[in-house]
Amino acid sequence: MSYLRVDNLSLHFGGLKAVDAVSFEIPQGEIFTIIGPNGAGKTSIFNMISRLYEPTTGHLFFEDRDITEVPPHQIASMGIARTFQNIELFDNASVLSNLLVGRHCHSRTKLWQEILFMPNVRRAEKAHRAKVEEVIELLDLQAYREKIIAGLPYGVRKVVELARALCSEPKLILLDEPSSGLNVEETDDMSYWIRDIKSELGITVLMVEHDMSLVNRVSDRVLALNYGRVIAQGTPAEVQRHPDVVAAYLGA
Amino acid sequence: MRFIFKTDYEQDIKLFQHGGAWWSYGLLFAVLAVAPYLIGSYLQSQLVFVFIYAIVGVALMILVGFTGQGSIGHAAFLAIGAYTAAFLQARGYPFEVYFPVAGILTGVVGAIVGIPALRLHGIYLLIATISFAFIVEEVLARWESVTHGNEGMRVRAVEFFGQTVSRDSNSFYFLCLGILVLVIIGTLNLMRSPTGRAFIAIRDSETAAKSMGIDLAKYKVRSFAISAAITGLAGTLYAHKMSFISPEMFTLLLSIEFIMVIIIGGAFGLHGAILGAIFIVMVDPLITMLKDDLPGMVASLSRGFGVGEEGARAVQDRLYAIFSAPGLKGAIYGLIIIMFVLFEPMGLYGRWLKIKLYFQLFPLYKKATFRRQKTYVKSERNR
Repeated sequence: MSYLRVDNLSLHFGGLKAVDAVSFEIPQGEIFTIIGPNGAGKTSIFNMISRLYEPTTGHLFFEDRDITEVPPHQIASMGIARTFQNIELFDNASVLSNLLVGRHCHSRTKLWQEILFMPNVRRAEKAHRAKVEEVIELLDLQAYREKIIAGLPYGVRKVVELARALCSEPKLILLDEPSSGLNVEETDDMSYWIRDIKSELGITVLMVEHDMSLVNRVSDRVLALNYGRVIAQGTPAEVQRHPDVVAAYLGA
Repeated sequence: MRFIFKTDYEQDIKLFQHGGAWWSYGLLFAVLAVAPYLIGSYLQSQLVFVFIYAIVGVALMILVGFTGQGSIGHAAFLAIGAYTAAFLQARGYPFEVYFPVAGILTGVVGAIVGIPALRLHGIYLLIATISFAFIVEEVLARWESVTHGNEGMRVRAVEFFGQTVSRDSNSFYFLCLGILVLVIIGTLNLMRSPTGRAFIAIRDSETAAKSMGIDLAKYKVRSFAISAAITGLAGTLYAHKMSFISPEMFTLLLSIEFIMVIIIGGAFGLHGAILGAIFIVMVDPLITMLKDDLPGMVASLSRGFGVGEEGARAVQDRLYAIFSAPGLKGAIYGLIIIMFVLFEPMGLYGRWLKIKLYFQLFPLYKKATFRRQKTYVKSERNR
C-alpha cells in the first residue's frame, strides 16, 4: 500500500515547467531518494508536499487522504515534517526552544491558560521536554541543549534541524539535502541516523541528496529527475546505470 | 561564572533560574515599596510614568521584539484605552469594570489591525500602522458625541472598589506598579508556553514556522491583539495620570517614544522595556534642563574665558533660541535613535549583559561575543 502518493504533479512558473507531470509512490517504512542535477525540480516537489507551493496540476495523497488543498500549517499535525536545504532554524533562540517549536503541533493548551500558566500548561511543558530529550539523546545533542543557534557551527545546526523535525513525531520526514555542507565524518553520522530513523522510529523518509555514496548507503529506492521530468526510478544501482541518468549528469 | 546544573524539567520552566535572582528582584521590590514615602512628589510622579511607559514597552516587546512585527501606531491603542476609560467613567462605571473593558476593546481593535500584517512585511507594515494611528487621531477629533473632539475629556480620580485613588497619591503609584508586575508575569508565562515560542519562531523564520505547524495568521493576530490589549490597559492608567485627555496627546511623536523605549532598552528581552522606559521618561526633564539652564551656564562660562558681557549675552540668546526651537524634541529623539542603532544596537539591556559578562569572564572577555553575525543563506522567497 502506498503511503505517500504523488500523482501527475506539475508546477509551472509562467512558461517554465519546474516540475512536469511527476508521479511516484512511497510505501510505508521506505527511504526514498530524489536525485537530479541542479534546477531539476527536487526542492520544488518538497515545497509542494509541505504545501509552501501551490501545484499547477496534480494531486498529493498521504495515508489515502488528498492533501493537495490542506493549508501548510496543518501538514505538520498530519505527520509530515521537513528540513530545509539552507537551514531554516530560529537563530536567536536556544536549541531547546527550537526543538520545542517542533512540538507545536502537539500542544493543546489555550491562550488564557498559558498566560496564567495553569497546571495543565506546566504538565504539558514537562511532557514536551521529556519527548524532546529523547530526540536530543538519539542525535547526541546534549552538549548544545541550552546554546543559541546563532553561535553553533554549520554541522550542528544541520543536526538540530533534523532533531526539530523529529520532535514533531512525524510519520513521514522530508530531508532536503541532509549532507550538504557536512564533512565526511558528519555525513557518516547522518547516514547512520537516517537509517535509525527508519528502523527504530519507523518513520518513512523522503530525501533529496547529491552525495551518491550516502544515497547508495541508505536509500531503498531512487527517483531521478531532470528538467522537471522523471527519467528513471528503481534501486540505487539500477538508477545509476540508467543511460538517461548518465546522460543527464555527464551530458553525453 | 554561574553554571546551572539541571536535574529536573521543572528547573527549565522556572521564572527565576537561580536563587540569586530572588535576592536581586526582592531588593528591587523593597526599594520600589518604600520609594514613594522617601522621594518627593515630583520623582514619585516620574516613577508612575516609568511604570506606564514600561507597560507599553512590554506590549511593544511582545509585538516587535518577540514576534518581529513592527508598529508605529501604539499611541493609537493607548488612546483607545484612555478614551474607553474616560467614556465609561463619565457614565458612572467604576475602575474595576472599565479597566478590563478597555483592555478587551483595544485588543479587538488590535486584532483587526493585525489582519493586514498577514500580508505586509517590514516597512510596509510600519506604514500601515502609522496610517492606523492617523485614522484614530482623526476619529478622536471628529467623533464629538463620544470623544468631545478637540475639547478633550476630563478624567476623574480612580474609583477602585469604593476607594477613591487620586492621581498623585501613593495608592495610584502602587496600582500602576501592581499592574506592571502582573503584565510582566503574564508575559513571562506566555513566553515560556507554546504561544510565546510560536511568536519567536515567526520572528526568526516564517517558512520554518509554517512547516512546523504554526498558523501564521492566527499567531500574528494574537500577537497584535495581546500587544494592543496591554497598551489599552496602560491607556486607562495614562488617562488617570494626566486627568485630561485630548486627541493631540496621542500623536506620532508618542508612538515614536514607545518604539524608542524598546530600541533603547534592547529589543530582545523584557528588561529592555523597563530600562528603555526609565530612559525615555528621563529625556523630557533633560530637554527642559537644556532649555532653561544650559544657555546661562554657557554664558557664564564664556564670561570666565573673557568674552565680555556683550558676547556672553549674545551666546546666551543664541543658545536659548536654538533650544526653544519647535521640533527640537523630535530632532533629539531622532539623534538618540540613530546613536543607539549605530553604537549600541542591543540597547541598554545589551550593555548591561556585556558588563556582566565582562566581570564573569574577567580576563577572557572578547568583544566578538556579541558581534552580530551575517547570515547568507536565509531564504526570503518562501514566505
